[in-house]
This record gives sequence, structure tokens and C-alpha cells, in this order.
Amino acid sequence: MKITVRVWRQANPSDEGKMVGYDLDDVSEHMSFLEMLDVLNERLTLEGEEPIAFDSDCREGICGMCGLVINGLAHGPERTTTCQLHMRSFKDGDVIDIEPWRSSSFPVVKDLVVDRGAFDRIIQAGGYISAPTGSAPEANNLPVPKENADHAFEAATCIGCGACVAACPNGSAMLFTAAKITHLGLLPQGQPERASRVLGMVEQHDHEGFGNCTNIGECTAACPKGIPLDTISRLNRDLLGALAKGKA
Amino acid sequence: MTKRVGARRSTVALKALMAVSGLIMVGYLLLHMYGNLKVFSGQVAFDEYSHHLRTIGEPLLPESGLLWIIRVVLLAAIIAHVYSAVVLTVRDRKATRTGSGPRYKSKQNKRGFQRSYASFTLRWGGVIIFLFIIFHLLNLTTNDIAPGGASASPYERVLNTFGEWYMVLVYTIALLAVGFHLRHGVWAAGMTLGANTSVKARRNLNVLAYALSGIITIGFLIPPYAILFGWVG
Amino acid sequence: MTVNTQARTDEFTDIYDLGEPIADTRAPDVDVRQRWETRRFEAKLVNPANRRKLKVIIVGTGLAGASAAATLGEAGYHVTSFCYQDSPRRAHSIAAQGGINAAKNYRNDGDSIYRLFYDTVKGGDFRSRESNVYRLAQVSVEIIDQCVAQGVPFAREYGGLLDNRSFGGVQVSRTFYARGQTGQQLLIGAYQALERQVAAGTVINHTRHEMLEVIVADDRARGVIVRDMVTGEIETHFADAVVLATGGYGNVFFLSTNAMGCNVTANWRAHRKGAYFGNPCYTQIHPTCIPVSGDYQSKLTLMSESLRNDGRIWVPKKAGDDRPASQIPEDERDYYLERQYPSFGNLVPRDIASRAAKYVCDEGRGVGPGGLGVYLDFADAITRLGRDTVEAKYGNLFDMYAQITGENPYETPMRIYPAVHYTMGGLWVDYDLQSSITGLFVTGEANFSDHGANRLGASALMQGLADGYFVLPYTLANYLADGPYEPIDETHPAAVEAKQQVTDRIEKLLSINGTRTVDSFHRELGTIMWEYCGMARTEGGLLKAIELIRELRTEFWRNVKVTGVNEDLNQTLERAGRVADFIDLGELMCIDALHRRESCGGHFRVESQTEDGEALRHDDDFAYVAAWEFGGDGGKPVLHKEALIYQNVEMKQRSYK
Ligand SMILES: Cc1cc2nc3c(=O)[nH]c(=O)nc-3n(C[C@H](O)[C@H](O)[C@H](O)COP(=O)(O)OP(=O)(O)OC[C@H]3O[C@@H](n4cnc5c(N)ncnc54)[C@H](O)[C@@H]3O)c2cc1C
Ligand code: HEM
Ligand code: HEM
Ligand code: SF4
Ligand code: F3S
Ligand code: FES
Repeated sequence: MKITVRVWRQANPSDEGKMVGYDLDDVSEHMSFLEMLDVLNERLTLEGEEPIAFDSDCREGICGMCGLVINGLAHGPERTTTCQLHMRSFKDGDVIDIEPWRSSSFPVVKDLVVDRGAFDRIIQAGGYISAPTGSAPEANNLPVPKENADHAFEAATCIGCGACVAACPNGSAMLFTAAKITHLGLLPQGQPERASRVLGMVEQHDHEGFGNCTNIGECTAACPKGIPLDTISRLNRDLLGALAKGKA
Repeated sequence: MTKRVGARRSTVALKALMAVSGLIMVGYLLLHMYGNLKVFSGQVAFDEYSHHLRTIGEPLLPESGLLWIIRVVLLAAIIAHVYSAVVLTVRDRKATRTGSGPRYKSKQNKRGFQRSYASFTLRWGGVIIFLFIIFHLLNLTTNDIAPGGASASPYERVLNTFGEWYMVLVYTIALLAVGFHLRHGVWAAGMTLGANTSVKARRNLNVLAYALSGIITIGFLIPPYAILFGWVG
Repeated sequence: MTVNTQARTDEFTDIYDLGEPIADTRAPDVDVRQRWETRRFEAKLVNPANRRKLKVIIVGTGLAGASAAATLGEAGYHVTSFCYQDSPRRAHSIAAQGGINAAKNYRNDGDSIYRLFYDTVKGGDFRSRESNVYRLAQVSVEIIDQCVAQGVPFAREYGGLLDNRSFGGVQVSRTFYARGQTGQQLLIGAYQALERQVAAGTVINHTRHEMLEVIVADDRARGVIVRDMVTGEIETHFADAVVLATGGYGNVFFLSTNAMGCNVTANWRAHRKGAYFGNPCYTQIHPTCIPVSGDYQSKLTLMSESLRNDGRIWVPKKAGDDRPASQIPEDERDYYLERQYPSFGNLVPRDIASRAAKYVCDEGRGVGPGGLGVYLDFADAITRLGRDTVEAKYGNLFDMYAQITGENPYETPMRIYPAVHYTMGGLWVDYDLQSSITGLFVTGEANFSDHGANRLGASALMQGLADGYFVLPYTLANYLADGPYEPIDETHPAAVEAKQQVTDRIEKLLSINGTRTVDSFHRELGTIMWEYCGMARTEGGLLKAIELIRELRTEFWRNVKVTGVNEDLNQTLERAGRVADFIDLGELMCIDALHRRESCGGHFRVESQTEDGEALRHDDDFAYVAAWEFGGDGGKPVLHKEALIYQNVEMKQRSYK
């Protein structure tokens, strides 16, 4: 099929950036979206033009490296990662807009590549359980109700892609932050640091300049892993609980 | 990056303030609506009710004591609510700002996957409500705006006001704004205060939000229409 | 069948030289059960006050790297870590699906440390070291404790205790798992531990930094040269020891289940500086991957092996039968695995299943585009168990398949084909995980150590974490106890030289400005490797491949086109450097495969098979690790043999009939 892509080109962080159109004549519906860009890049290279910079690694929907806003939607029209999106989701003759994640906390590095270092710093602020290597008790000494374990797992499947931020009209990273709070907060191992974790992570979230959550729910809808909205409510509850107990 | 302010002044804490202040106002609205419905009981009952409001608690409280307490709480709530709304909105603008022009250049899917009208109307809806309240106070409390004639009796003020179709229209618009605001707001307040942690809780919250916004919108609109169509007085 | 008349141990003296045999001198000479304890006891300790003065560089943040960085940071060493992704959490370990083994014996089904050891040695087709494997089985138990304490949400039963499943054709249930995302959950656990140390200031993590050279000063690894992938700056970092945890090199085949960025560069650069490369030709080919759909294909996706528990594998009996599956009647289908291996059927080990698929496709009986695929059919399972049960068991895999292929596997059989998945080879290390360069340690998939000629399912994750959490912290400390080593700086000739090598190479790549893209070279290399050094290898084929690769290298350095400049985010330049190293590695792999005139594990030499086509080992001649020394550009690599001695397991030929 024939398609036109309009791609955000930005040479470096200080460049203005603009949308540039390219026509592709021979796109197979079995191609993945990123393979379509690979093909375009091969052509650009041979024409002596700079290929389009974009991130990807696993191309299996698990590493969270890829992420494009496609036609205004984070990761495109299907609920999946950009690398798992296929051209069969588009029609012959389509004009497809491709843009990077947009948030002042995810500065554009080049073209479609952004810097998501803020996520690592949020985790540094408390997104862990302090378990020094070698000090762990026998694993089965600590039973975890299956229901909690399953919920914790569900929240733990966040791949840190940042689509939630790109999709949220407020540029909030609450879903990402809340997924980690929920994952660790539902496990018995996570209890001792529950208060300090939420206080630290929320503080860092704000410090990074992310927006505030007004419970719009667009993040969950765009999240390729379907991290549920109730994680945000849990975060709120944990934070208010910690503040009420005077932990801040 | 923004200044490090600590969890106590975080967006989540501010939002909780917004939720609590919002819920206080919701509580007030429910009372107020109940009071308004007394128009159907006639002038005496309505005016007495209004008078009663000013005398509850006497002699423990001075004349209008409770009313003033309510007013102070309400004022504090509205200030807190608007303050947090402004601070957070400014922050959100900054977080999504990308130099010039709209955040995304694409003109497709402006509504995202699921964004509801309520989430779009929240902020402007709030501003409309705010302006309405000022107007409303000038109209029915101070009676500086008195279409259909000023009066010392609250009952008459109300009747005079809603005798005019355009006033009914103004109130209708305001209450639709309130309805939309609360449809999202009540649910959001539940989220913010940590009540939405299961599928069931989520459903209950949604039901509650629809119910409250529906009750308040309709409950408030009954008197104006009743008066306009001449069923009262 | 061609029977090779040449003596098996004949050397190809025009292709490589034979060097001195080597030995792993670090494993204490005591009973295998006591070796690790003895080594730990003998290892020197470092006074906590001195640890701050000791610097360690860890390249890679996968399971092996992140766990080591977190543990060493916590112990108080000064750790600097690097990864090429934008976050340590994205290392390729994240993609592992199936699970992680541990000899916990929670099922009470007769598992034990010895049994895990035995299964791993046997599974590796008797080409791994007893010492290492025994240690791996020993620490496996602690890994699970550690991960649970960190909050890794393993699957649990209703009673709240950990669940297990059986995996990879073993008879006990010892695999711990977190749905189909075990690697992800383990890596996130290690990543969080790492970030905790970053916050504590003991670890400095550099993302989007690619290591391009190791600095070997006065015969010790003392640092690395890295390129900041955003600014292009070439940085020099020094330390008292360097750890490479840079993963596997399956991408030498272009198409593999590895992530796009997986590369051999760190390993290859170290190899060129003196680190021996162990068993480079041992690659694992996974039978159940989604087949190639077109020549634009960039990578392959693994479908969990568990599908073979209920799916039946078949192809049409007639070559060239291109009717849709539904129109091929039962009696015209060949359930070839069930036919050839009546007792194991569809559950034969990975290498056997992969080869069988290749053979039927070679006969022209393959299905799907290009005839490179076989059916994995769930129709019987759906009839027998009901659609709901099948959905509950495999729903997410079916969805993934449907997502990628656009076909509905509940209605039409899946198409699968083997793909390169794991590389058992890697830098040679001793029992302490130290390479042949003093002070250069190698962990995880990047080393060659624990899996012999074939890796069992669910044991790579185990090895990565064993190395990082429990082995390296002791053995590295033993090395560091003699430090801090004399400080060196950017003016040291070794540092200057290493940096120069990096800049020269980048300049060279950017200046060629030829007419072919980097990917076109990579694809061509992949085709050569897959054809001649893939599932079945012959002497003639390998000789030809070596020839072709040499030509490809010449062509690459003459005609590659790399756009842009160094001082920028330049993904073409990144790939070009990696492909150049893959080309060199590919040649060494073929040489290794050529010299090993036996079939073992993932290495199948057509000349060495039994009457009925099974792999045939030659223990008398080849029970050794092939450790290759770099022979200089244009020179011949030098083969050092490390003899493998089995004292605790008896060597047997595998049979799955
Ligand atoms: C699809 C798939 C499924 C699998 N499933 C299982 C399973 O179920 N069970 C199991 O046990 N094993 C499984 N494996 C194998 C297992 O996942 C890997 O062997 C293991 O995770 C490797 O871990 P690692 O830490 O050694 O390397 P990796 O996780 O690959 O990490 C490599 C690190 O090195 C960095 N790096 C590489 N080169 C450079 C450089 N030049 N400069 C800087 N940094 C660099 C990378 O950034 C990365 O951080 C699977 C593998 C695949 C591909
Ligand atoms: C007097 C009538 C008002 C009532 C009853 C009310 C009620 C509420 C409630 C309950 C919320 C939910 C808080 C939450 O999300 O957790 C809310 C949110 C909000 N309100 Fe109001 N509000 C009123 C007036 C206003 C005014 C005058 C403004 C603005 C000028 C405003 C702006 C907002 C905004 C922006 C939010 C969303 C913030 C958020 O969801 O956190 N509201 N309101
Ligand atoms: C049809 C709808 C309404 C009617 C008939 C009505 C009527 C009145 C009357 C008669 C008063 C004066 C009471 C007195 O002075 O004793 C009053 C006060 C007030 N009304 Fe309303 N009102 C309506 C809707 C609303 C709405 C929607 C809001 C808020 C969003 C609101 C907020 C207030 C406030 C804040 C006061 C001042 C209370 C005080 O002075 O203590 N009203 N209203
Ligand atoms: S919450 Fe979802 S969208 Fe956000 S980072 Fe995690 S996986 Fe991506
Ligand atoms: S879309 Fe944004 S407003 Fe909250 S619920 Fe999601 S973070
Ligand atoms: S590239 Fe890994 S999730 Fe898309």
C-alpha cells in the first residue's frame, strides 16, 4: 500500500523542529510500524539524507524503549507498544503523523528520541525495597495472598515507556509512579518503606516538573500494559496516609 | 524541573485540598438545594427557613452565627479550591508546553482514546461556576441585581428573579456547568482521597458521581422552572 | 550422509594456530560440593574502609550487570556502570519469558542441588565445567530468596506460597516464573536495587553510553573508552577492575530473538586486547519462533516453548503442497516429530526440534511465505480440552501471535520456525569469572562458562543473577584486595592508544561514504551465518562461509555508507561499529565450528551423526573448551584448549527416541 508519513524532525534539543512529509509506495501490511520506518531510513540513507532517529530495542513490547505519538495517540491506535503496532492497522492512502513523546520533563534529544531519565530518578527516590544482597530470609517464609500477588504483578508489568505522560493532557507521570507504589505497597516485603517510598517518589515526580493528575484516565487507555487507574488512587491514599501520620 | 517543595505541598496534597474543599461545597449545595425546595411550601416556610438559618445555635452563637460559620467555611473552601486549581493548572500548562503552538501538531484524534467532555470542561466549567456565584450573590443575597424587583423577602426575590425567562436561562446554564463539574469532580474526589482501589469501588464511585450531579442539577432547577411556569406562588 | 575420512583432530593450519593448553586454575582441588565454599573461604577480604577507594567499572545493566553493580555498590565499592539504552531497566534480560530455575525442591519431587547440576551438565552435552555448574546449582536457591525479598512478584498458589512449573524438558518442577514475564520482573528487581545504590551515591550510572574499547595498562584491565551516544564525546573511565556483562551476540545472524541493540562490541574489543573467546560457535536455536514474513523483517519473536505441551507440529506430506491447512486432510499430514521420536514426540529438546523443522523445510514441505515454517496446531487440544482451557493456558501467547501475524491461531494453526536465541559461547573466564586479561571479569551471557554446548530453558536468568549477586562479589573482592592499583590517567600510553583506536575507527567509518547501507551488510552477514553456521554445519559450508565473510569485510570497509557526524546522536554510526565487529566475530565462529568435527548440543556437524541422524559427540577428541586468542588483524587466531574433566557425572550420548 501507499502511505504518507509526516514526521517530526528536530536536529537537536535547541532546534525548533518541524513536521516533514515522506511518501512511501511499497508498504506491506505485515510490516511492523518500526520496520516501515526502517525501510524509509534505508532509503533516506542512500539518498544521503539523515535517517530519522527513533528509539527501539526489544521490538517485542517489553523493554519500553520505543514510543511514538502516532496520529495524536501515544503508541498509535491500538493498545500496544509502537513496536508491536503493524501496518495492517492503517489503510492505503493514509497520512500518518509521527511525533515524539511531548512533555517538558521528557526533552527531545533528536527527532523522535526523548530523554526519559526522569523516570529513573523517580525510582531512585524510593521505588525499591531495601534488601541487601545475601540478607534475604527463606522465600517461602513469607506467604503472600494470591490476590495481592496477582495485583502486585499487574502493577509491576509497567514497562516505563512513558506513554502515560505523553497521553495525559496534564503531562502527569502519576500512572507510572503509582504502578510502582502499588506493586511494592501490596507486598508484605514492601510495608516497612511504604510511607517513605510514596513521599519520596511523589516529591521527585513533582520536582521533575510533571503535571498534576486530574483523574482524566487517558493514561490508562494509552498504557500498553493496561496499568489500571486504581493504582493512582492507591498512591493518593498512601500519600495522604503518610502525611496524616506525620511522616513527611 | 521545578522547585523541590516536599510531599506536604506536592501536587497530590494540593489535589486533596481541592477534593476536600470541593466536597465541602457539594455538602453545602445539598443543604442549599433542600432549602430552595422549600419554595413549594410557600412564602412563610421559605422565609422562616432563611430566618431560621440565622438563628440556629442562639443563644450560644450570636445572631447569624451559624450562617457566618458556614460563610467562612465556604469562603475558605472556595479560596482553597480556586487557589489549588490555579496553581495546578499553571503547572500542567508548563508540563505540556513545547515552545510554540499546540502540544501535538497532528490534527487527528484530538479527543484521545476516551477523554470525556467532563474532563475537558472541568476548568472552564469551574470558572463559569465561579462567575455565576458572584452574580448569584449580587442577585439573591445582596439583591443588587434585581430583575423583576427588589424585595426584603428572600421568597419574593426568588420569585421575581425566575419570573424572567433569561434569568432562568442563566441559572440553567450555571447548573449544567455545576452538573458536569460534579459528574467528574465527585468521582475524582473519590480517586484523590484514595477510595478507588477496586473495580467495585470504582463502579460505586461512578454511580455516586452521576447520582449527586443529577440530583443537584435537577433539584436546583425545579424551583426556577416551577416559578417560570407559574406553579409556585 | 557424507562420512569424513580425515582424522578428526587434523588442524586447519592455514586458518588457525594451535596454542598452549590452558587450565582453570581457580577452582580449588576439593570435592565438587566443597569447591565454592572453599573458594569463598580462601578469597581475600577487603576492609570496609578501603572499599570506597576501590573503583569498579561494570559494563551492562542486564541481570548480570545490574545485580553485580547493586551488590558491589552496597558493599561500599565505588561503581560506575554503563548501558547503551536510555535506562538500565531496558537491558535485554527484560525479554526473557519462561522462568528461572532453582533447586528449592518445593514440589517435593526429588529435586536437589545435585539433580540441577546433573541436568545442566547433561543438557550442556558434557561441554561445560563441573565446578561452575555445581556452584550455579548451589547458589540458585539463594537467588529466589533474594528476589522475593526485593519484591519480585513470582507466581503464587492460593496458599500464598511460591508456584513452580516444569520447563525445558526436565522431569522436576523447579522453574519459578512471573507469568510470561519472568525476565522483566527479575530485571526490574535488580534495576531497583541498582537505582537504590545510585541514590545512595555508591553507583554512578551512565545511560546511552556505549563501551568501545578496554584499557589494558601494565597487563591489567584498568578502564574503558566509551562514547556518549547523545553528544558523541569519547570519554575515558578508569577503575581498579572492569566487568563486562554485555550479554549475548545472537545478532550476528541479523535475525534473532535478541533485541535490536544486542552486540558483541564490548566482548570483541576485549578479545582484541587479549581476552580469549570461548566456544564462539555454540549457538542455541529456538524451535518456536514466529517465521519471517518479508525481507523488511528486523527481528524475530519467540513464542514460549510451553506451546509444545499441547500443540502438535506437522507439515504436508507432499512437497509444494500449498493448500491452506484446513484443506489438507489428516492422512496427508506428517506429524514428523511424533513419527520420528515416538516417546518424546513434540517435546524433544530445542536443537532436535529445530533441526527437524529445517529438514522438512529443506525438502520443500515448509508452509507459509517462502516455505520457511511448520504448523503448530491446537485443533486437537481445543477439541480435547475446550477452547476456554486452551485460552486460559495460552491466551496471551495466542494474542501475541495474532497481533504480529494478523492470523487467528484458534482457527488456523500457528506457523513457527526456528530462530537464533542464545549464545552459549562468550569470553573465556576462570572459576572466578576472570578472563585471560587480569582484572577483566565477564559475567552473564557474555561469558562462556556454565552452559556447555547447549543451555537448558530457564537457566540463563539463573546464571546472570548467580554471577552478579553471589559469585562476582566474592571473586572480585579477592582481586580488589590487592588494590587499589597504581593510579593512571589519560596520559598513560594505554589510555591514549585506546582512545586513539576509537576515534580512528569512527573517523574511518564516517569517511568511507560508500553506496551500501549498514543494514545491508548486516543482513548479508546474517544470511551467510544462518546458511553455513546455523542449524547444520558442514566442513565445505564453513570453509565457504569464511571466504564469504572475508570478502564481506573488505567490501564493508570499502563501501559502507554512514551518514551524519560523530558529535550527535547517530544511530547509523552506532550500528556500523557493531556490524563491523559482528563480521569479525562471524569469521571466528565459523572457524570454531570448522575445527570442532563433532556434533554436540547446539553445534551440529553433518559429518558427525549416528545412523539415524542423531548428533554424535566425540569425547575422546573434543572434551575441551575451545578458547581462541586474537591473532591480530589479518592474522590467524590461536586455539587454546581447556580440558573438561568429569568426576561426578558419567558422560553419555543423548537419546530422545
Ligand atoms: C526472547 C528471549 C527469551 C528468553 N527466555 C529465557 C527464559 O525464560 N529463561 C532464561 O533463563 N533465559 C531466557 N533467555 C536468555 C536470557 O534472557 C539472557 O541470556 C540473559 O538475560 C542475559 O543477561 P545478561 O545480563 O548477561 O545480558 P543482557 O540482559 O543482554 O544485558 C546486556 C547489557 O549490556 C549492555 N551493553 C551491551 N553492549 C554494550 C556496550 N558495548 N556498551 C555498553 N553497554 C553495553 C546493554 O545495554 C545491557 O545493559 C531468553 C532470551 C531471549 C532472547
Ligand atoms: C462552588 C462550586 C464548586 C464545587 C462544588 C466544586 C467541586 C469540585 C470537586 C469535588 C472536585 C474534585 C477534586 C478532585 O479531583 O479530587 C473539583 C475539581 C476541580 N474543580 Fe471544582 N468545584 C467548584 C468550583 C470550582 C471553581 C469555582 C473552580 C475554578 C475556578 C473549580 C475548579 C476545579 C478544577 C480545575 C478541578 C479539577 C482538579 C482535580 O480534579 O483535582 N471548581 N471541583
Ligand atoms: C435555582 C437555584 C438557586 C436558588 C433559587 C438559590 C437561591 C438562593 C438564595 C435565595 C440565597 C440567599 C439566601 C439568604 O440570603 O438567606 C442564596 C445564597 C447563596 N447561594 Fe444560592 N441559589 C441557587 C443556586 C445556587 C448555586 C448553584 C450555588 C453554587 C454553585 C449557590 C450558592 C449560593 C451561595 C454561596 C449563597 C450565599 C450563602 C450565604 O450568603 O451564606 N446557589 N441562594
Ligand atoms: S504506566 Fe503504562 S504507559 Fe506509563 S510507563 Fe508504565 S507501561 Fe508505559
Ligand atoms: S491521564 Fe492524566 S490526569 Fe491523571 S488519570 Fe491519567 S494522569
Ligand atoms: S522496542 Fe521494546 S517495547 Fe517496543
